[in-house]
Amino acid sequence: MILQVLRCSSLSVWVIVLAALLAVPILVVLGSVFWPQPELWQHLRDTVLADYVWNSLRLALGAGVLAGVLGTTLAWYVARYEFFGRSVLQWVLLLPMAIPAYIMAYSYTGLLDFAGPIQTQLRAIFGWSYGDYYFPEIRSLGGAVLMLSLVLYPYVYLLARAAFSEQSSSLLEASRTLGWTPKQHFWKVALPMARPAILTGMALVMMEALADYGTVQYFGVTTFTTGIFRTWFGMGNPLGAAQLAALLCSVVLVLLYLEQRSRQRLKFYQPRQSTQVSERLSLMGFKHAIAVVLCLLPLLLGFVLPAGQLFYWSLERLDQLISPEFLRLCWHSFSLACLTSIVVCAVALLFAYGRRLNPHWLLQWPVRLSAMGYALPGTVIAIGVMMPLAALDNQLDAWAEHWFGVRLGLLFSGTLVALVLAYSLRFLAVALHGLEAGLGRITPSMDQAARSLGASPTEALVRVHLPLLRSSLLVAVILVFVDVLKELPATLLLRPFNFNTLSVRAYELASDERLADAALPALSIVLVGLLPVVLLSKALDKSRKSPI
Amino acid sequence: MLEIQQISIAYGPTRVVSPLSLSLQQGQIGCLLGPSGCGKTSLLRAIAGFEPVQTGSVSLDGSLLSSPNYLLPPEQRRIGMVFQDFALFPHLTVAENIAFGLRGIKSSVRHSIVQELLALVGLPQLGARYAHQLSGGQQQRVALARALAPEPRVLLLDEPFSGLDADLREGLAQEIRGIIKARGISALMVTHDQYEAFAVADQIGVMQQGSLLQWADAYQLYHQPANPFVADFIGQGVLLPGQVLSTESVQTPLGVLHHPHGLRLGSRVEVLIRPDDIVHDDQSEVRAKVIQKSFRGSHILYRLQLDTGDKVLCLAPSHHDHHLNARLGIRLELDHLVLFPSSN
Repeated sequence: MILQVLRCSSLSVWVIVLAALLAVPILVVLGSVFWPQPELWQHLRDTVLADYVWNSLRLALGAGVLAGVLGTTLAWYVARYEFFGRSVLQWVLLLPMAIPAYIMAYSYTGLLDFAGPIQTQLRAIFGWSYGDYYFPEIRSLGGAVLMLSLVLYPYVYLLARAAFSEQSSSLLEASRTLGWTPKQHFWKVALPMARPAILTGMALVMMEALADYGTVQYFGVTTFTTGIFRTWFGMGNPLGAAQLAALLCSVVLVLLYLEQRSRQRLKFYQPRQSTQVSERLSLMGFKHAIAVVLCLLPLLLGFVLPAGQLFYWSLERLDQLISPEFLRLCWHSFSLACLTSIVVCAVALLFAYGRRLNPHWLLQWPVRLSAMGYALPGTVIAIGVMMPLAALDNQLDAWAEHWFGVRLGLLFSGTLVALVLAYSLRFLAVALHGLEAGLGRITPSMDQAARSLGASPTEALVRVHLPLLRSSLLVAVILVFVDVLKELPATLLLRPFNFNTLSVRAYELASDERLADAALPALSIVLVGLLPVVLLSKALDKSRKSPI
Repeated sequence: MLEIQQISIAYGPTRVVSPLSLSLQQGQIGCLLGPSGCGKTSLLRAIAGFEPVQTGSVSLDGSLLSSPNYLLPPEQRRIGMVFQDFALFPHLTVAENIAFGLRGIKSSVRHSIVQELLALVGLPQLGARYAHQLSGGQQQRVALARALAPEPRVLLLDEPFSGLDADLREGLAQEIRGIIKARGISALMVTHDQYEAFAVADQIGVMQQGSLLQWADAYQLYHQPANPFVADFIGQGVLLPGQVLSTESVQTPLGVLHHPHGLRLGSRVEVLIRPDDIVHDDQSEVRAKVIQKSFRGSHILYRLQLDTGDKVLCLAPSHHDHHLNARLGIRLELDHLVLFPSSN
């Protein structure tokens, strides 16, 4: 049976081998629990474990709920009402996605600090001095929840907006003929119908919140991710770190299950046939003003203010722009992101095409397992990549010395190989998702036509699928490129010695309280981060214009 | 010659084609006809090499293509295929589509082959267009030209007319038969529409639930159906109960009918009566009540109830317009009797 699968084509073999390779880090992390360390866990339980669990949960739930409420409200207004600037606002509301949470945190710390512009202004106006007044501390758990909600609400917004705008107008009309007001219709019909979409979005937000390292580390909140760092480097116990990671992993897997389940419901709730999409209601007077302010607020707080602060700082440090150090950072980030996005997209294309050719479980399961990497925090993946590669390096080194008398050093774990492998695992799903959707739009009869005209599967891929997938492939490359550029924790853990990227440098400078110096690399990341937002807004435009 | 011997096909535990055999002579056009889900498309896909066979074998000109433990990849079979949705590559022009399967040929030769095929299918000017710029009928012809270009040993057509307007089908079907015949290659088509099958095929196989019920030409299928399903599927008609009186006569609700061959005395049979077997005749003594009528332009198809309660169909010229519940005079005009052993 297995032989029959493999005989199908050498492509299938490649898919299985590569997917199994990518799944190794996940299995290493999950497998670490089979080497129990009672002393370490006793120690953790006596000291910080409760904090890790409690803070991580509060962070995830807080960000999930806040982003959920914000995203749903905005989506409802944009989808159902007509008001001033709506057509621009509906995609501008995606802008906060461009800013990584940790950069948002630096920016807000600068804005809201004792010496920052806001407190300085308050003191100047009211004549207060230090200690005269209460001002909320941004560097706290609540602050981290706020930062994460502001950058992550677009996930909920996008999904909820699609769900609301697909709801047929006859539903509202049916509600009203049955005696419900539009407001009651929202609570009784529209919201329950959009619930799978909203829950999917919230699950994604919670996964991202659990994965966050940069924000909580900077704000001094102890969570699982900072705990993993501390156990690894502070206590020198990588196995313990892996076990913490496994614990975090199990929480994420629950979220992933929830997300997948509500995605399935999503299909069920979507209208099967094209329905009459309702006209948006016009808002009058006071309500109109509320809608405009409501939509402007997240934009202001989530993009204009923090990006403006970064821009202001960058202007002060403009001379850095041509400094060799900054140029080297850009080159490192750019080349790494390019290399990774090409590798990831090539692997994703192979996986997607392999699954199309051969639906056997032997192919499906390794691919599904390795695609789970998108749900795992960068710290977890870094540990899963580091442990087997370090072991492999040690083996190779000992072997080479024994037989040839040469020291190889760290062939994999200390080089870009480790980093590219970690990114591949983390971002494979991003590329796979887009490419599978693109392949899904090519009817199977295209494959069969090519085969019956004498093309082998590989030739069909090159001559038929690749040209047809061009735009999906380009989008996948861009998305992975930007994600790599923004990624912080895995880069921090796995980068070769002295190899700095924009995100790592921004983190280091901010950690040294040199916020203004961190602004230029941070702003560069934000600017590149705008690319996927533009792509998304174009997709929004297209779905609006197409007659369906 | 394409030879299919005792092949069966299954998706997991569900068997979609039971062991069946058929063969197609060089230059012959065959057709698999049956309702959707009868396994005809699976059979076609197995011949093309997209589906493995569970038992039996597929061979072409004496060389093996498929058997339970052998599957020659589709790209090595030299079997052309025209798809239901045409499957023209949208990123290539018409000429590039046709040239897709012309491999290892000098570009000047390739160009002349493409031109020749474009002329053959009647679209000499459209080589530079893209598929989405063509009408459905034009796409159909390009798909045919593309499949013919590499000179396949057999051509397979999967519901080739189902994507086209009804008024286009008949003419195009005739035309495509002409093109295939002109190239002298064997072809096997799959369809659920008997009129397409009649228009294109030399031999037609009627399939039901994975089995091949009859493999014959159109005339024989209509006039000598092998079993009640074929009789019902091809053309219209009803089955009337009959009682064998002697070796040469049967008692039916329409009277005693004669049959040349030896019948088993006393057995119960079902007699096939086609709408054109019943002739409207005002002089006739036999009367039947009109219970349903549908206007067909030149003719009216009546559903009549006999005094025995049995129902028959009658195709009458449309100037014989009768109301519901009217009693028509009818006469039986049978060339030969088709009867099956009674099922109950």
